[in-house]
Amino acid sequence: MTAPNSTGEAPEIPAEPDGWDDLVPAAPKRSRVRVWRAALPPLVTFGAVVGLWYLISYGLLSPSRRFLLPPPQQVIQGGFLTWSQFSQILDGLALTAKAAAAGFGIATLLGIAVAVAMSQAKSIERSIYPYAVVLQTIPILAIVPLIGFAFGFTFRSRVLVCVLIALFPIVTNTLFGLLSADHGQHDLFTLHGAGRWKRLWKLQFPGALPSIFTGLRISAGLSVIGAVVGDFFFLQGQPGLGALINLYSNRLEPDQLYAAVIVASLFGVLTFALVGLIAQRVVGGWHESARGRDKA
Amino acid sequence: MNPATTAGTPSQREVAVDELIGSLDFTGVSKRFDDGTLALLPVSFSALPGEFVAIVGPSGCGKSTLLRLAAGLTALSTGTLAVRARNVGYVFQDPTLLPWRSVRRNVELLGELHGVPKPQRRAAAEAAIAAVGLTGFEDKYPRALSGGMKMRASLARALTMSPDVFLFDEPFGAVDEITRERLNDELLRLFQARRFSALFVTHSVTEAAFLASRVLVMSERPGRILTDLPVPFPYPRRPELRYDPAFAQVTGMIGAALRAGPGGGPR
Repeated sequence: MTAPNSTGEAPEIPAEPDGWDDLVPAAPKRSRVRVWRAALPPLVTFGAVVGLWYLISYGLLSPSRRFLLPPPQQVIQGGFLTWSQFSQILDGLALTAKAAAAGFGIATLLGIAVAVAMSQAKSIERSIYPYAVVLQTIPILAIVPLIGFAFGFTFRSRVLVCVLIALFPIVTNTLFGLLSADHGQHDLFTLHGAGRWKRLWKLQFPGALPSIFTGLRISAGLSVIGAVVGDFFFLQGQPGLGALINLYSNRLEPDQLYAAVIVASLFGVLTFALVGLIAQRVVGGWHESARGRDKA
Repeated sequence: MNPATTAGTPSQREVAVDELIGSLDFTGVSKRFDDGTLALLPVSFSALPGEFVAIVGPSGCGKSTLLRLAAGLTALSTGTLAVRARNVGYVFQDPTLLPWRSVRRNVELLGELHGVPKPQRRAAAEAAIAAVGLTGFEDKYPRALSGGMKMRASLARALTMSPDVFLFDEPFGAVDEITRERLNDELLRLFQARRFSALFVTHSVTEAAFLASRVLVMSERPGRILTDLPVPFPYPRRPELRYDPAFAQVTGMIGAALRAGPGGGPR
């Protein structure tokens, strides 16, 4: 052992050199600790849910009624690991995803366009907004059959259902964002002779991006719901995920039923996360809400 | 001169360019808002090219309205107002930076709005950033800057248009005293170098006296000009001037004028 100096004191700094260490938090240890901290709470919740699932399957349900909630391993075995079943579910997902993606895409373009028009004149806002609210309050289940009768039970109608359900949050959030530029910024643009388009393109639209992504995130999940709900009614042709859920529940096939429901919700989570990731890419560099609070 | 415009409409803001470039003339300019509030009683004063005029007054006395009138952001109710400038610079109370743009792109904004070609506006932005001492922060976003640095960026943005007349609306009201004094020193340095004329609104008597060659003291709302005081110190002014007894005498006079105004005195 080598002593650092002639007095032979230990090279380690004593536990409390001057008492400051207690007041100033240590620098956070990187990566591994942080990953664990982020991953642990959802993992605990996941464990609790699985535990509760087992408890209900084996504890509350008698064997004759266990089909109401078969235990997890049975769902995995029957729904996910039996390829004939799982491939059917995946085919259904593909169809549903296509309708959801098309509906979401159209709702995005249409919603932003409508909000931009509304932001340009109060009269346009007043003439459209009430009907956007009405559109939102009509129960989607009530209009899906109507759409089917009116436009035929085709893929186009499925997409229309998704557009109708996903449009409102995009319109309202985009409009809110477009109108949120502050007076000083508007004055600056006025002073330098900026017209309507320059103001929209250089001030209002970039400023609205965080709000637009808030709307898109909500609508991404809604368009998946719209596609699944649409499937329930559009039973002709290749079945979508919703049609399969309907089929499995009628046939009393709980393993496949639960597998299909899980796939549907995982797909919803995936789209939500995907939009979040894009938002992070686009506005994460400058907007507070898009990034962690501690990472200044 | 066109008789139709002078005789026909009693209140107008005229922007002209001539040998008196950089001068301002307020003649009987008043402002009543749409809701009936009288913000400004008829005000008359002139600023010569290269003059630094500070306007002090209690909050809500219409001093910001005066600037907004000069900038053409709001219409006059009566009187005539001439701003002789090729470009008018305006520095707001808030930095009004666009948070999605880096410092460089924020400073370039006015060039973009005026259709200045990219190489020229980039060069102007670089020069302005250097002039306010923000070199090295070009790629930072506003959220990463302190309040003082945001104001510097805002100032740099206005400088890119090389204004002949500069309007300042309490630009340093929100920064701390130490930063404010440093920004005042640097503003005077810019004033010396660029020779613009300035209308500087503030509620700080010290700031007004330190920066300006003339101080207009305004009354409470509805605002009018109570006194027009000269500040006799030559430029360049050294930071130590603030602690000079003669300086204290000037600030004392401004303070007395403020207190003597109607409604401003002790009850």
